Amino acid sequence: MDLSLSEQYQALQAEIRAFVAKHGHKSPKVGGGRKRPDQKTLDWQKTLLEHGYVGRTIPTEYGGAGKQPDVMEAAVIAAEFARANVYAGLTNQGVSMLVPTLLEVGTEEQKRAYVGPTIRGDLIWCQGYSEPGNGSDLANAQTKAELVDGNWIVNGQKIWTSSAHYADMMFLLCRTEPEKSKHEGLSYLLLSMDSPGLDRRPLKTMTGRSEFNEVFFTDVKVPESQILVGRGKGWYVANVTLKHERSMIGDAGKMTARLEQLIALLGKTEIDGVPLIRQPEFRDRLLRLQGETIAWKAHNLRLLTEAAQGIDSGVKRMIIKYGGTMLGFRLSSLAVDALGSAGLPFESAGEDAEDDDATTWNIDYMYDVGLMIGGGSNNIQKNIIGERGLDLPREPKVQTAAAVGRG
Amino acid sequence: MEFGLSLEQRQFDDSLRDFLKDRLPMEQLRALAEPGGGYDESLWNGLSQLGLHGLIVPERFGGAGLGILDAAVSAEALGFAAAPVPFAGTTVMAPLAFMHSATEAQQDDYLPNVAAGEYRIAVGFAGLAGQTGANNATLDGAKLSGTVTGIMDAGAATHYLIYLRDGTAAVVEANTPGVTATQHRALDRTRPLVDLRFENAPAEILSAANDKLQAARTVLNAGRVVLAADTLGAAQTMLDRAVAFAKERVQFGRVIGSFQGVKYMLADCVTALEPCRGMVWYAGHAQDSLPDEASLTACHTKAHVQDVARDVSRMTTETHGGMGFTDLLGLHFWFKRIAFNRQILGGPERCRQEAAELQGWA
Ligand SMILES: Cc1cc2nc3c(=O)[nH]c(=O)nc-3n(C[C@H](O)[C@H](O)[C@H](O)COP(=O)(O)OP(=O)(O)OC[C@H]3O[C@@H](n4cnc5c(N)ncnc54)[C@H](O)[C@@H]3O)c2cc1C
Repeated sequence: MDLSLSEQYQALQAEIRAFVAKHGHKSPKVGGGRKRPDQKTLDWQKTLLEHGYVGRTIPTEYGGAGKQPDVMEAAVIAAEFARANVYAGLTNQGVSMLVPTLLEVGTEEQKRAYVGPTIRGDLIWCQGYSEPGNGSDLANAQTKAELVDGNWIVNGQKIWTSSAHYADMMFLLCRTEPEKSKHEGLSYLLLSMDSPGLDRRPLKTMTGRSEFNEVFFTDVKVPESQILVGRGKGWYVANVTLKHERSMIGDAGKMTARLEQLIALLGKTEIDGVPLIRQPEFRDRLLRLQGETIAWKAHNLRLLTEAAQGIDSGVKRMIIKYGGTMLGFRLSSLAVDALGSAGLPFESAGEDAEDDDATTWNIDYMYDVGLMIGGGSNNIQKNIIGERGLDLPREPKVQTAAAVGRG
Repeated sequence: MEFGLSLEQRQFDDSLRDFLKDRLPMEQLRALAEPGGGYDESLWNGLSQLGLHGLIVPERFGGAGLGILDAAVSAEALGFAAAPVPFAGTTVMAPLAFMHSATEAQQDDYLPNVAAGEYRIAVGFAGLAGQTGANNATLDGAKLSGTVTGIMDAGAATHYLIYLRDGTAAVVEANTPGVTATQHRALDRTRPLVDLRFENAPAEILSAANDKLQAARTVLNAGRVVLAADTLGAAQTMLDRAVAFAKERVQFGRVIGSFQGVKYMLADCVTALEPCRGMVWYAGHAQDSLPDEASLTACHTKAHVQDVARDVSRMTTETHGGMGFTDLLGLHFWFKRIAFNRQILGGPERCRQEAAELQGWA
């Protein structure tokens, strides 16, 4: 057990502190990542890239810093930016999911074309997986693509597609081999959102905003070469992507930051002149969450150490999405309860605006429910924990529906 | 940075677990639990050979000089086995009390005997720990009087060490005139509770600490972390057994683990319990190396792990159906171990109250 940082990481820490002292004032506001990056964010991203704080392990020929992967370095960087409350760079679906997928399975041409612009924030991607009839049962996707004269002709519909309203490109899971089995009939295409025949319609969510969309495809043409890996390999590629989606271990930092905000909120909010933090019922809920957050933080340290040692954490990693979203929701629940009736009348100023406490927490409170549904619902996570983590038997299969579904 | 157990820690853990597995098959556990005294000489001597009794005793007094993290790892193994061993009090809190409250000469008198397993010193708190029952004791010179109830790990004690409200510790020999010990079989038959009444009992006074209350708190913190670790081990046994049972038991022509209702209970258990292990390690490490975080993490760890374990003990018993409710399966030993630990050295409510005070919220 050793929580101290070795010299190498201390040096990195000192380097980042110096960087933040010099450049920190140029950082955009932390959070609020559900919109297209503005110029300030793009400039900041560029500065981070130049210093190797984002795209650190991406080879230089694709626009990164070309360093060896080192989870401890990544953790130090994340921790230092969080500590300084400085924006740590874009974490959209292109950066966090598609780029690692491309680096793992893409062709040289695909990597050269897409990695650089994506990590610079110039190219925004959306994830075209879910369909109205096939959400959890992702492998059952029915959007079709047929190869005609060197082009894929895409027809069908995607739904709940986050960021599609401002994205430039989509990574699409579609059916290209209808005669093959469910899992073997899928392919993974990369296409422009400006393609003729592609229609995106923002879908208003319960937050009142339109964070996601419906996307309709009518004879949309996609050049044949825009396939990742090959025909019938879509399920394999989708799983590479999902692996990256779920392996983001940064969560504990977010929980800790939220807890700090919550402590401040309960300290400054009063009922009958007594701060809530001194009212036993509120204080007890806060204390429980503080305990849970400490456990969560320690658990993440454990995962980080195992990752650095090349150990597969198994069930310890599989619980992250389920446990993390539940903790997140309990944190935002206490916040809206602390805001109470005074927090109810709020008008969202829109995603581009800086929100007040009431708007931020109320929207988080709702968005946290969305996080339990998106990216593989929590029930699906529990299937995975039970079946892959604890090795419990699967649900008996009924016709074509996969028991485990997404992931 | 390396947040995990060292090779030596894992090896010691393995040998302790192997030993306990070998020595405590269910029939043996039952036999030892029946009298409810929480002690078995041959088990105690076997643990002595592993070097457990001197785990945290400094090397100059014949111990291994290890820390509370090591103690927590061992406690998890003991809880996993529901071992009738007076560990938290005798092996952890007592030597720690000497290390923090006693003079060098007093340490020299007692600690080598603790490390050898010859002295088994139970630790009680007259106040401070937040237990219900009677806890008042006072000193008149070197004579101790009063009543302290609900002392754990005291079934086979050779001495009692009582922390008074001001952080002074008084050590009294068992079987001395002026000391009446009443032993109760408790809910958890693997460990009894002892009530002590003192009437001018001759005591050795430990008051060498610069900050006596802080010394007492250090001992209490360690006790809480170690009990939380014991609870974690007990809950892990229950979860492992429930998972195994869910893969075997067939109803409606299917193994019950294929029912999502069952699967989800177990997924909930592992999702809540696994982070408790990191938490226990962190709290153990904090006792050894992060003094600023020692009290807060001890309070939170005792509270959180006990709450998680209550749910785990309930859901894993439910998973076993009617069988889980029987005595036959013996699952209840772990259920009761968890329930017992919850009430000792302050339950979650008390621990969180202290966490609030530590942060100026109360
Ligand atoms: C905020 C948000 C953002 C999203 N962003 C994207 C995106 O960018 N791209 C994209 O492609 N999709 C996106 N989605 C869609 C998301 O992936 C799906 O909503 C999700 O996979 C669930 O599918 P569904 O909505 O069809 O629900 P269903 O699959 O119909 O599920 C309904 C309920 O049934 C449960 N259920 C289903 N199958 C099982 C089972 N086998 N066992 C137990 N319970 C089961 C589910 O847990 C859920 O509670 C997003 C969703 C949200 C909420």
